[in-house]
Amino acid sequence: MSDVTFSHESEAAVRGRSLAQDAVRRFVRHPTGVTGTAILVVFLLVTLFAPVLRHQDPLRGNLRMRMLPPTWTMSQSELQQRDLHRFSYPMGTDALGRDILARVLYGGRISLRVGLEAVLMAAAVGTLLGLISGFFGGWLDTFIVWFVDILLAFPGILLAIAIVAALGQSLLNALIAISITYVPVYIRIVRSVTLGLRQAEYVQAARALGSRSNRIILAHVLPNGLSPLMVQFTLSIGTAILDVAALGFLGLGARPPSPEWGAMISDGFGRFRVAPWLSIFPGIAIFFSVVGFNLLGDAIRDVLDPRLRR
Amino acid sequence: MFAYVSRRVLGLIPVLFGVSLLVFTIPRVIGGDPARVMVGERGSQATYERLREELGLNRPMFFNVAGLKQDGVKGLFDSQYFGFVFNAVRGNLGRSLFTLTSVRRGLAARFPATFELTIVAMLIAVGLGVPTGVLAALRRGTAVDTGVMFLALAGVSFPVFWLAIIMIYVFTVNLGWLPSLGRIDPTAVFHSRTGFYVLDALLQGNWPVLWDVLRHLVLPGLALGTIPLAIIVRMTRSSMLEVLGQDYIRTARAKGVEWRSVVNKHALRNALLPVITVIGLSFGQLLSGAILTETVFAWPGIGRFIYDAIGSRDYPIIQGGVLFVATMFVIVNLLVDLSYAAIDPRIQYV
Repeated sequence: MSDVTFSHESEAAVRGRSLAQDAVRRFVRHPTGVTGTAILVVFLLVTLFAPVLRHQDPLRGNLRMRMLPPTWTMSQSELQQRDLHRFSYPMGTDALGRDILARVLYGGRISLRVGLEAVLMAAAVGTLLGLISGFFGGWLDTFIVWFVDILLAFPGILLAIAIVAALGQSLLNALIAISITYVPVYIRIVRSVTLGLRQAEYVQAARALGSRSNRIILAHVLPNGLSPLMVQFTLSIGTAILDVAALGFLGLGARPPSPEWGAMISDGFGRFRVAPWLSIFPGIAIFFSVVGFNLLGDAIRDVLDPRLRR
Repeated sequence: MFAYVSRRVLGLIPVLFGVSLLVFTIPRVIGGDPARVMVGERGSQATYERLREELGLNRPMFFNVAGLKQDGVKGLFDSQYFGFVFNAVRGNLGRSLFTLTSVRRGLAARFPATFELTIVAMLIAVGLGVPTGVLAALRRGTAVDTGVMFLALAGVSFPVFWLAIIMIYVFTVNLGWLPSLGRIDPTAVFHSRTGFYVLDALLQGNWPVLWDVLRHLVLPGLALGTIPLAIIVRMTRSSMLEVLGQDYIRTARAKGVEWRSVVNKHALRNALLPVITVIGLSFGQLLSGAILTETVFAWPGIGRFIYDAIGSRDYPIIQGGVLFVATMFVIVNLLVDLSYAAIDPRIQYV
């Protein structure tokens, strides 16, 4: 530590900077955090403005343009024959002549939204159950812990597969199924934070001063759980997007002709020996969106907990 | 120690009870009537009634109150759920709705394929992951470290099935180096006694077949092993970094112990403990990840068995398969926990 840093830090302490401000400062200087955010912003904009960026209909194809490889890989004579230019179909077309680029752009709306919604639902339900479990204890706690153990006995995506198999194939059912598999993680996080705080002196003090349980939870317990929750939340969205795609690939998620990324890969899977572009591009889209969330999650963890320098 | 082990084993009972309850209830509550599925839309009412009787579907769901009056306590448990559980405990998981073959036999026939694949994926993940993680930790902050960490991040961000397709495209379709379908060349003359092809080929001294079987394992093993590999690299690295900062490492270096020896004996052994947890957890992830990998590689394992059953709504297979995988997972996790005691003498179990 040089003197400069020292005086800088103490100055900041004098001026008084909140923990949140501090975290934001560290985040802005965090290269992975910035990269992750940039990737996600691009994805968000591109999917939001899909109709502006690409005029082709993601669901209706041009039958004269079936199974075209990405046009930039085609020879000049081939292009002229079909009256195309180098970037007419940068990701090619599928068996129905639909533009893959348009489908990937629109597909982002489905994959990102479903991933986000599934994790939001899981986080809300998990936080509530975790608070109840940790704060009130008793038989309810025993029951919730048992429930968590049961859900965690199903490895990975297996539980989601079993649930969709029973509920029937649909995007909504996939969302519900994935959401259920994420609930136990949130229960565990919130419960452990809550248990740790129940005996904390300031919580005892608040109780002694006559605060009601819901006030204690809102003012003292939840803020303490916020940082592990935020980290888990960001990282879960990444894996949830992978799960949505996996269910789509297995034919348990979005139904055709929906341009959901996993379903698109599945559609291309039958023909990938002759038309690899059908699968390659939606896969790349999944990869980058998941990388974005993973980078962001790692950065948030570093920023919120500076002791954990990885 | 004995008390700890028995407590943990007893602790499995409520969990497995809950698992069986879930596996039993979900398809029955929402999935519709299995007898109806089997008979089909054009089946006669008489066939349907007979089938319901045969499948025991006209018994009460959980508790048979009428049975209690008739046969006492034994009658109370004459219900669909307890029938399912008692049968499952005895290894009877029912029959496929369509082929009428035993689900247990189906699982047993396919288990070796999944197990073999899982072992190969694990070997790849541990064999590559631990040394790479150590290397990244030792070269902390260098380009090597950054590169490894980037690859590890990429490894957990790929959809496995997509990676599998790309691998097949590159190594089978374009380069023609490796086969990508099934466990063995279909024209090979080979009789497997145990279902474990590698083992059988070794025992029979059938080298061409062994070579062929191993070649079939490479791509699915790599695809399945990618996620655990990435996780193990990250875990090994961070665990190594933590241990390398400890006082006893400095002491060892100060007293002149060779660096290689400090890394291997003082650091790595201690750093591996959290890695073992990850390996254990990955094992279960592999079992479920196998559903995707096996689908892409036409691998005749349990994952594909369950997947095919979902397509035809063959509930006994789905139930039996899911129950089997979950039970395996729970047991493996318990074994991992227990193995700590053997590996780390500092941990005292009470």
